Amino acid sequence: MSPSDLVASHTISVLVDNEPGILARVVGLFSGRGYNIESLTVAETDAKENLSRITIVTKGTPMIIEQIKAQLDRLVPVHRVRDLTVEGPHIERELALVKVRGTGDKRVEALRLADVFRAKVIDAKTDSFVFEVTGNSDKVQTFVGLMEGLGLVDVGRTGIVAMSRGGEAL
Amino acid sequence: MKPEEPATTGADLLVKALIDEEVEVVFGYPGGAVLPIYDSLFKQNRLPPFLLHHEQAAVHAAEGYARSTGKVGVVLVTSGPGATNAVTGLTDALMDSIPVVCLTGQVPTHLIGNDAFQEADTTGITRPCTKHNYLVKAVSALARTVHEAFYVARSGRPGPVVIDLPKDVLMNKYDYVAPDKPVQHKSYRPQVKPELARIEQAIELIAGAKKPVFYTGGGVVNSGPKASKLLAQFVHLTGYPITNTLMGLGTFPASDKQFLGMLGMHGTYEANLAMYHCDVLINIGARFDDRITGKLTEFSPHSKKIHIDIDPSSINKNVRVDLPIVGDAGHALQELIRVWKARQPRTDLKALKAWWVEIDGWRGRNCLAYKQDNETIKPQYALERLYHHIKDRDHYITTEVGQHQMWAAQFLKFEQPNRWMTSGGLGTMGYGLPAAMGVQIAHPEALVIDVAGEASIMMNIQELSTVAQYRLPVKIFILNNQYMGMVRQWQELLHGGRYSESYMESLPDFVKLAEAFGAVGLRCHEPAKLDETIKEMIGVNRPVVVDVLVDKTENCFPMIPSGAAHNDMLLGPDDKAAKPTSEEGMVLV
Repeated sequence: MSPSDLVASHTISVLVDNEPGILARVVGLFSGRGYNIESLTVAETDAKENLSRITIVTKGTPMIIEQIKAQLDRLVPVHRVRDLTVEGPHIERELALVKVRGTGDKRVEALRLADVFRAKVIDAKTDSFVFEVTGNSDKVQTFVGLMEGLGLVDVGRTGIVAMSRGGEAL
Repeated sequence: MKPEEPATTGADLLVKALIDEEVEVVFGYPGGAVLPIYDSLFKQNRLPPFLLHHEQAAVHAAEGYARSTGKVGVVLVTSGPGATNAVTGLTDALMDSIPVVCLTGQVPTHLIGNDAFQEADTTGITRPCTKHNYLVKAVSALARTVHEAFYVARSGRPGPVVIDLPKDVLMNKYDYVAPDKPVQHKSYRPQVKPELARIEQAIELIAGAKKPVFYTGGGVVNSGPKASKLLAQFVHLTGYPITNTLMGLGTFPASDKQFLGMLGMHGTYEANLAMYHCDVLINIGARFDDRITGKLTEFSPHSKKIHIDIDPSSINKNVRVDLPIVGDAGHALQELIRVWKARQPRTDLKALKAWWVEIDGWRGRNCLAYKQDNETIKPQYALERLYHHIKDRDHYITTEVGQHQMWAAQFLKFEQPNRWMTSGGLGTMGYGLPAAMGVQIAHPEALVIDVAGEASIMMNIQELSTVAQYRLPVKIFILNNQYMGMVRQWQELLHGGRYSESYMESLPDFVKLAEAFGAVGLRCHEPAKLDETIKEMIGVNRPVVVDVLVDKTENCFPMIPSGAAHNDMLLGPDDKAAKPTSEEGMVLV
């Protein structure tokens, strides 16, 4: 396999006008052209300039990733497209809410593991907890995996938000 | 005293904004949601509405207008079915990069989402088939949106833009203030000027070539007529061969000896072999479409590739290139010429001479040859005779889609850009007649001919009524073989001659049909009478339908079979493919 066939995950930040339909435009581009979305987050980040930031994790060969970026960039309301994976070091974070039901040893174990993962208890009943855990996706996934054996009943994940290291803006 | 009410409604304001954008004609079809706009159009006389008989045709007419003038074509349709009918035309304009602004009516804002009568989610439906679209929710945003839409439609790689207009927005009142400077989008600024360093690198590659070829496309047309002049200048400076894509025909004079004809699936033998054997490929404003490349892994395998395109997403999409240059074709050519002249590079004349000898050898195969007898008109012959009679007149050609389209591209010669309107990317049957009307509106004195097939013409035949209504002297030249010819050809070559549903069992009598619509109908089936018929067609200053009965089973050659490479062409009926079409090839369309 040559490097040009190598499929890799890329985290892409996109700065867009916060206008109706922009998310549909971006998502439609991915589905229409057959690209993958592994994770997608979006929220307004600059109310004054009316801008939103979309973070997309996608997968493809270098040629496909280059296409995805070019296709995103030519959408009229897109201001900037940055591939954080190739443009120097960056940090990624995800937040998950994890609901675990159980009593006795399992409940104690869940609480102990939550402590290890620095997850916060944000709701508690006598037979359940809701934990809030943040970190990179691996950490979140590992925590969720551990909870499976301890009465996991519900998971909500935000998907990845990411940012380059250092002082530069997007 | 009460503050003065704004004088204008949204609809009046819209018409003013269109006039400020120098719109000359609006192609459309009325309906409930756009009645206020039609009322505003009725009350003024600077901007005439042009009524077609189907919204798809309205978009194609606007495309024909846009492509023959370089201006933005404007469409006006109603909500719901009006908008959905326009979708084919919008997709066509998107694929071929044609600047169109399409105004769609919409139910009033308070009814949006209620499944109201003639409601459709127009911005949702048209999002993937437009360059951009807008839903105007307040009359205060209307004028700016209109001006911005024109900017987006014509900037960078042009394309269709939809503005969805709820009826209450059209009825509400607001003052129109003309913009004091051209309106732009707040952030959309496509790069038009190429990087100088890359132009210099390109000159080095081009000057050092031993077997170069220029391959140019619709991007040169879209850049404006000056780009074609610059292209000819640069190609002459270098002395290199050039081929055009279907969309690029006319960007270089077809009669020039450096011109190899069109390339691609039905391109000439010399053009395709030059692509295969070249060592430097200079792509200006073309997009390595699958109809051009054939089998990707064997596409131009020995060449260094330069690709100049205004759309960065066209670069490295299908074919990896060695030197990408983002910019407008005209700007890039201007720079290329400047640097070439400044450097006066010495090209390898000996190698180039040998290259031309090789090319002339391929030319010698005379790949467009056909055999005309005294009995049946060959479609190629019909087009050769047509060209003979129109070449000295100011003429424009549109086509439908299929065999006749490819033959027209092969046998009609284009000396200038903006003279050839055909549906390239989407391949829309029914394109030619409405496009011809748009062209005729823009060029009332010119000879406008729709080269058609009998199957395609049926797809927008209702437009004969429009032609009659406006007394447009459009000529419809039907090459009637009673088959969907290209479908039949593929069935013969790929599906064992099983002609499933490709025979036109119940065609109308086109002569009577023409007369029924108030046009002139002519028919010809003898080769000896063809010239006379064509002369009669040209001589009548009225719409004419010519039913030319041609050989039913003639195939369009040369042909690169699906999934094959450029050096694996079929030259004629006696030529068998080197290998049967691969499974991979069978899957391709």
